[in-house]
Amino acid sequence: MSAGAVGRAHPRLEGPEKVTGTARYAVEYPLDDVTYGWAVPAAAVRGRITRIDPEPALAVPGVLAVLHHGNAPRLSPDVEAELYLLQEPAVHYRGQLVAVVVAESIEAAREGARHVRIEYDTEPHSTVLTADHPGLYRPEKVNPGYPTDTSEGDFDAAFAAAEVRVDATYRTPAYHNNPMEPHATTAQWRDGRLLVHDSNQGSTAVQAALAELFGIPRESVRVISEHVGGGFGSKGYPKAAVVLAALAARQVDRPVRLALTRQQLFGPIGYRTPTIQRVRLGSDADGRIAAICHDAISQTSTITEFAEQTAVYTRSMYAAPHRRTTHRLARLDVPTPFWMRAPGECPGAYALESAMDELASACGIDPIELRVRNEPTVDPDQGHPFSSRNLVACLVKGARRFGWGDRDPRPGSRREGRWLIGTGVAGSSYPARARASAATATALPDGGYLVRINATDIGTGARTALWQVAADALDVPPERVTIRIGDSDLPPAGVAGGSMGTASWSWAVTRACQELRDRLGHHSGSLPPEGLTVAASTADEVRAQRPMARYAYGAQFAEVRVDADTGEVRVSRMVGVFAVGRVVNPTTARSQLIGGMTMGISMALHEEGLLDERYGDWVNHDLATYHITGCADVEQIEAEWVDEEDADLNPTGVKGLGEIGIVGTAAAIANAVRHATGVRVRDLPIRLDKLAGSSPFA
Amino acid sequence: MQNRSGSASVAGDERSSPVAFTVNGTRRELTLDNRTTLLDALREHLDLVGAKKGCDHGQCGSCTVLLEGRRVKSCLILAVTLDDCAITTVEGLAGPDQLSPLQEAFVAQDAFQCGYCTPGQLCSARGVLDEIAEGWPSAVTDDLTGAVRPTDAEIRERMAGNLCRCGAYPHIVAAIRETAGDR
Amino acid sequence: MREFRYRRPTDVDEAVALLGADPEAAYLAGGTNLVDLMKLGVQRPDLLVDVTRLPLGGIEPLPGGGLRVGATVRNSELAAHPLVRRDYPVLARALLAAASGQVRNMATTAGNLLQRTRCFYFQDTGKACNKRDPGSGCAARHGQNRELAILDWSEECVATHPSDLAVALAALDAVVEVAEPDGTRDVPFVELHRSPGEHPERETTLPRGALITAVRIPPLPAARRSAYLKVRDRASFAFAVGAVAAVLDLDGDMVRDVRLAYGAVAHRPWRAFRAETELRGRQFTPELAGQAADAELAAARPLRHNGFKVPLIRAITVRALTELAEAQA
Repeated sequence: MSAGAVGRAHPRLEGPEKVTGTARYAVEYPLDDVTYGWAVPAAAVRGRITRIDPEPALAVPGVLAVLHHGNAPRLSPDVEAELYLLQEPAVHYRGQLVAVVVAESIEAAREGARHVRIEYDTEPHSTVLTADHPGLYRPEKVNPGYPTDTSEGDFDAAFAAAEVRVDATYRTPAYHNNPMEPHATTAQWRDGRLLVHDSNQGSTAVQAALAELFGIPRESVRVISEHVGGGFGSKGYPKAAVVLAALAARQVDRPVRLALTRQQLFGPIGYRTPTIQRVRLGSDADGRIAAICHDAISQTSTITEFAEQTAVYTRSMYAAPHRRTTHRLARLDVPTPFWMRAPGECPGAYALESAMDELASACGIDPIELRVRNEPTVDPDQGHPFSSRNLVACLVKGARRFGWGDRDPRPGSRREGRWLIGTGVAGSSYPARARASAATATALPDGGYLVRINATDIGTGARTALWQVAADALDVPPERVTIRIGDSDLPPAGVAGGSMGTASWSWAVTRACQELRDRLGHHSGSLPPEGLTVAASTADEVRAQRPMARYAYGAQFAEVRVDADTGEVRVSRMVGVFAVGRVVNPTTARSQLIGGMTMGISMALHEEGLLDERYGDWVNHDLATYHITGCADVEQIEAEWVDEEDADLNPTGVKGLGEIGIVGTAAAIANAVRHATGVRVRDLPIRLDKLAGSSPFA
Repeated sequence: MQNRSGSASVAGDERSSPVAFTVNGTRRELTLDNRTTLLDALREHLDLVGAKKGCDHGQCGSCTVLLEGRRVKSCLILAVTLDDCAITTVEGLAGPDQLSPLQEAFVAQDAFQCGYCTPGQLCSARGVLDEIAEGWPSAVTDDLTGAVRPTDAEIRERMAGNLCRCGAYPHIVAAIRETAGDR
Repeated sequence: MREFRYRRPTDVDEAVALLGADPEAAYLAGGTNLVDLMKLGVQRPDLLVDVTRLPLGGIEPLPGGGLRVGATVRNSELAAHPLVRRDYPVLARALLAAASGQVRNMATTAGNLLQRTRCFYFQDTGKACNKRDPGSGCAARHGQNRELAILDWSEECVATHPSDLAVALAALDAVVEVAEPDGTRDVPFVELHRSPGEHPERETTLPRGALITAVRIPPLPAARRSAYLKVRDRASFAFAVGAVAAVLDLDGDMVRDVRLAYGAVAHRPWRAFRAETELRGRQFTPELAGQAADAELAAARPLRHNGFKVPLIRAITVRALTELAEAQA
């Protein structure tokens, strides 16, 4: 590979469109004869619809149709229970989308939705996760296929015998993804073919699901997702909006634009499950861990089992001869939880990396040194070698950059005026995986190259990174390469999720480009007008990867200040150092890592879904009352990386960096708050009322 | 007249109103449902989709545009109220052939990821720069009667009404500071 | 949102007459709260009377001192006014702590005072709320009520008034000028808002159809040393979980005059008269400030989730007054 584009900072290709408002998102394509869909949420928690009266809605001027289980086009029941929408009278959770109003205008659709009269037979419900919920059970496996429980050695005996013990329970609330662009779709049927412009993280999967749901060939469905306004996991699989829009467009036989409201993003599209996590660590006086146990409780719905892998993080992170992890689930009358940035790893790391800090305090050891002392040589879970493991390098580099060295470890030891100041650190890891993908590369007679792959750029910079990878694989200046993504007519590729996007897609792009170069090497004469195209798939190569522990690592450092009177917390600065394999584009990589840490600040301090059991839903379901971190909350934040060559990953050598930024951030902040105040907050978020009135505030 | 929902309905000719305003220097004359917000008028009637609908309730800032030169949230303004007003959207920030310095700085600083909040950030930033130039104080201005400078802290506070879930804030602040040409 | 008629009257009399003629009409000013609530279905007027182009703008110094602020003056314009910044920092600070730059460019003086509570249950038509739907019950009383009242609530309603501006105006003894069908009158600011009692749907003492035309702020030289402290759950762009507006006038170390008002504690902006009485004429110390707050908060009845507000309000009372005292030392 030439020393060319990969590794060089480059502004993202679609930047000019995004700053001029000409980048079009899902419901922004000009269309004649367009109509507007508005989803209607169920007002019952558990039960069934006994009657729907659409007449008052139909009487609203401009309303064209009301779709519901009694009249909507039929869907295949075999695809996914979540997507079997408007087919049955059953209500599984409050807010379930049970009808759609279609109208000539947004205004009429909104008003019409108010007037759909729905009556329910209701049953008692349970929507609050508790540690002793009678419905707790052991799932068969946890996402995406890990064993539910693991055990090595004799944890109980080793813990009982340990000189120093930490036994703490941590809680995280429901978190809601809240991408800035809601789930939104424009759907139109033409001659039995379905065209949708949709906001998702992978349109190949959306295409497949729609084809199956509507019982039509895949070739009859086209899903375009040119620009996507964020997803953070919530658009990683087809969700309600696209199905409802397609149903509505078929019903009225006109194009339909349907965007969920902000309020409707709190539930029906998934959320990060609340967790209750007990972590036990037993060590000797020098902090060498003998026993480690992580018991995680989370929730799922009555529709689909979603078993978040909360404790999986602990299986591979630190060494200890005696180890145990368990997962238990409660099936509640709630929307199904779903992926949110680093599902499992993120809440799990909050618990484990907080407990490590508690152990460091208990042993009187620096928290970085504690982690160094418990560094494993092989994956403690499977015994596989690490393809590369640079956690310590991240901690060391980060400590230098942050200025950790002169830290006084005593809580409450630094005060400046009204502010109590503290610093904290946490480790992070996230699996480095890849999915099979396909791509084509075309040499054009004008000397240009066209590379096609159905990757999705949800803001990661994927479009730009793949363009750089393609240029190097073709050994040409990137200006000669055109990259096409975001369309299900392109070669199929996996979802932008699990930090697998660039690893998976760059692999296929590299193979297609390499094969094209080979082909061109044997080609004589001029190219045909349509150019010379080769296709590549990585299915066999990905399947043939040898078992190995492949992880990205990171270390987050935080300095916080806590108002001694009010308990208000501000994050004065953060430094994150990461080991993520090769960095394709430092510009977009840094943005993603900073973005992950920013969402970690949000998780630590601001976000919390407040559920009201009587109504069975979250009452703070908008962006005024569900706070996400704002511009004024992020003062100074730096992301860096260590040089890392890892030959056991993929041709580009990338580990993915969409999630690693968030993983340890909340723990780093909680650890810093403890250092500032002496107060250990074990239930997120760290709100001011959890600090005010506590030592040293008393 | 009562409809079945029990509320008096409005006669057809009173539901909508003619309205004329200027968008990015072009006069527009429309007849709109009285309920139509400026945001929906731009997006659904004028095909100006730069202003984004993130929350539709004034809580995210993605719909920010400039009204008579001041930044506002277009999702909470009824278009019918805007007779003879001048509106600038993100589509009107650039010159005919090149990006404005603010837009250039956003691209150079990578001040966005998914791009959905970006038009609102840009219009808000344009307003912020003008407000600072006019000496308007903010919640973090120490001396209410003194001069105002475009420090990072001032920019952060003033941009707090524009949420960015991708977390581009530090780069947004850098781009605005760079454009302000002062620190 | 229900369909509605739209009128843009050219004078105050016409506006008041339009409102008076239609029991389901509403005034539209900045729209930052009303349009939001109309989209939610919480308010469903059939006629909007746009008052933004009435001649109710302008900020004028009054002959004997003080300011007269027109009802449609935007919050940002008021906060940026040189006389407000110099003579009434508490007012400028309260305005600048509120909402976002965009909202401040839209929201008007009068509209800000008449904004509705941000109680979760009020804003969701699927939940019980006596304020929105009298007789339906108060879901907040035993629900998620961390943000809600600690003072003066009733079993019918535990909502708080969300305005920051109103807290400053309560401290400043402002006067509200009101146009009513049968003439105009002045309403002392502290009499503008009501306690919830059995009728939380009635939020002010104004009769239906009344239009606030201006707010007068009396001269108060001591207000040059005034402060507004707001505590919230993120650094900016959030409603208060507790706020205090304070004016302190010391003669040596004796309290000559003091004005205190609290936000986010009650159904109305809460003028802390009892605390002021404790302070006035006595030697100022932080301990005295704490005792004064205790006197005011003795009547507090925290709800399930907001007990923290009592020590919080006490703490920011002490801080605001102590900082003002130190600035005068």
